[in-house]
Amino acid sequence: MKQLLQQIINGISLGSIYALIALGYTMVYGIIKLINFAHGDVYMIGAYVGYFCMTKLKLGFLPSLFVAMIICTVLGVAIEKIAYKPLRNTTRIAALITAIGVSLLLEYGTMFFVTANVRTYPPMTGILTRTFQIGDVIISMQQILILIITVILMILLQFIVKKTKIGKAMRAVSLDRDAAELMGINVDTTISFTFAIGSALAGAAGILVGMYYNSINPLMGILPGLKAFVAAVLGGIGIIPGAMIGGYLIGIIEVFVSGYGYSLYRDAVVFAILILILIIKPAGLLGRNTGEKV
Amino acid sequence: MGKILDSRFGKKIIFLLLTFVIVQILISTNIINDYLQATLATICINIILAVSLNLITGFTGQFSLGHAGFMAIGAYVAAIMTIKIPTFTSFILGTFLGAIAAAIVGFLVGLPTLRLRGDYLAIATLGMAEIIRVIFLNLEVTNGAAGLSGIPRFVNWPWLFVFTTGIVLLINNFLKSSHGRACIAIREDEIAAEAMGINTTKYKVLAFVIGAFSAGIAGALYASYFYFIKPNLFGFLKSIDILVIVVLGGLGSISGSILAAILLALVSTYFQSFPEIRMVLYGLILIIIMIFRPQGLLGSKEISLSTFNKLGKFFVFERGRK
Repeated sequence: MKQLLQQIINGISLGSIYALIALGYTMVYGIIKLINFAHGDVYMIGAYVGYFCMTKLKLGFLPSLFVAMIICTVLGVAIEKIAYKPLRNTTRIAALITAIGVSLLLEYGTMFFVTANVRTYPPMTGILTRTFQIGDVIISMQQILILIITVILMILLQFIVKKTKIGKAMRAVSLDRDAAELMGINVDTTISFTFAIGSALAGAAGILVGMYYNSINPLMGILPGLKAFVAAVLGGIGIIPGAMIGGYLIGIIEVFVSGYGYSLYRDAVVFAILILILIIKPAGLLGRNTGEKV
Repeated sequence: MGKILDSRFGKKIIFLLLTFVIVQILISTNIINDYLQATLATICINIILAVSLNLITGFTGQFSLGHAGFMAIGAYVAAIMTIKIPTFTSFILGTFLGAIAAAIVGFLVGLPTLRLRGDYLAIATLGMAEIIRVIFLNLEVTNGAAGLSGIPRFVNWPWLFVFTTGIVLLINNFLKSSHGRACIAIREDEIAAEAMGINTTKYKVLAFVIGAFSAGIAGALYASYFYFIKPNLFGFLKSIDILVIVVLGGLGSISGSILAAILLALVSTYFQSFPEIRMVLYGLILIIIMIFRPQGLLGSKEISLSTFNKLGKFFVFERGRK
């Protein structure tokens, strides 16, 4: 029982990170039907920006988080404008291949500048080092912080999507781009804004992961990126609450698989879940099956 | 008509034999030294991989990101066979067993997932390749992350040549058959193809299985030529490597894939000591080609002997006459 609770706590921390990344995937997919392979690398850049803010600029945790989110926002919008926008009316395979190209460029470009070495985040100080013990279960302040930041960002996101004008535009464009354009919505701005929000969330996830696991490297974005995508598919791609649920589910499953001694198989399990979901319920947990339009 | 076909066939044979003999002479006079021979092997293996992925992605329009997984199956089966029984027969047997195993996995994975469209399929195949890699990473018989080393080498230039031309001819002829035409119809418009009475699932799976089989052979050749395999050689990046070749050469061009495989092998030999720059270059190639020439360098055009004939005629005779 003790181990079970502990695993759930650890799973929630990991799941928060997957959920943050998955939100970016799901929003971008919802709006332009593109699997943004470079999304995992935006998360990696976020981790590196956080690292440089903390070590070189000696900023605190929250200012670093803020800087990382802003830089990732700029990066995300730049990627969209330079690489994806010219391809908006070509085939989806072309866009997907471009996304892979952007991903390679970010990974190995970063590796070229900061070398492939693993970097370690500076040790946390003050309140961030504390741990709490509730019964037999140990919760660290970092885990609480991850959860709090994730929840705040998700509430913020829900607010933007549901209550603001640009959020309404986002929902309209994802429903029917042509009709939205006819209603006077600026589709380009809306798509850029979607990338901006998604990338900011990925940047936040990056710095949280750096703080939680301590080590970062230029290829760290590949696997979490893919797993976050699995999370988005699991919840129903294009559906924001689905990405949150999927992220937490994947996080908890992964921690359970490794916690009970099959850590070498944890990546395989995640992908097996993906294939099962795609076969059994391709629309995801919260999705509805829609017929194919001719 | 029959004569023309005959003569074209004859020319093809002569061209292939010439390529074979010239390279063989270059090897025996040591102009192609051991180092270049490794590049040569890489080129042949990459040609098989690229042409077979092109069948799936370029011709049938099913985006697969798991080609390295099939290659891994072929490589491991052949490697284990030849380590256990190091004879030539066991190598040939292992190669075909590996290819058949890859084809069976391709069938089992393809049947349910090929119902998915475009990008979902890409992710599903990617997941499949990852699962295969993780399984090889954990099995006892594959020696885990350390991989298998000391695989006896049975592959030399003649065998590379035989397998490469064999696979290319097989896939080329498949595409010229009615089955291949059905695959191309699926790429052009799946719904229209279905309306014309094509069993789309059947042909998609068929293309997938042939592709997997060929990738298995490529893997077996790789294992036997380079002595050493480990699971991480067949990761996501290997699949991307193959995809880059296909995209560069042209989605839907066999000769494009062959040219791109040769070109990229030479480029990466050149960039051997700067792997980061090579990958940055790959990324840029993908982005730039997709933005400016989404159909790839050659598009769906083929370069064949008759292209050279036309060019030759143009320069030698027709310029004067016109």
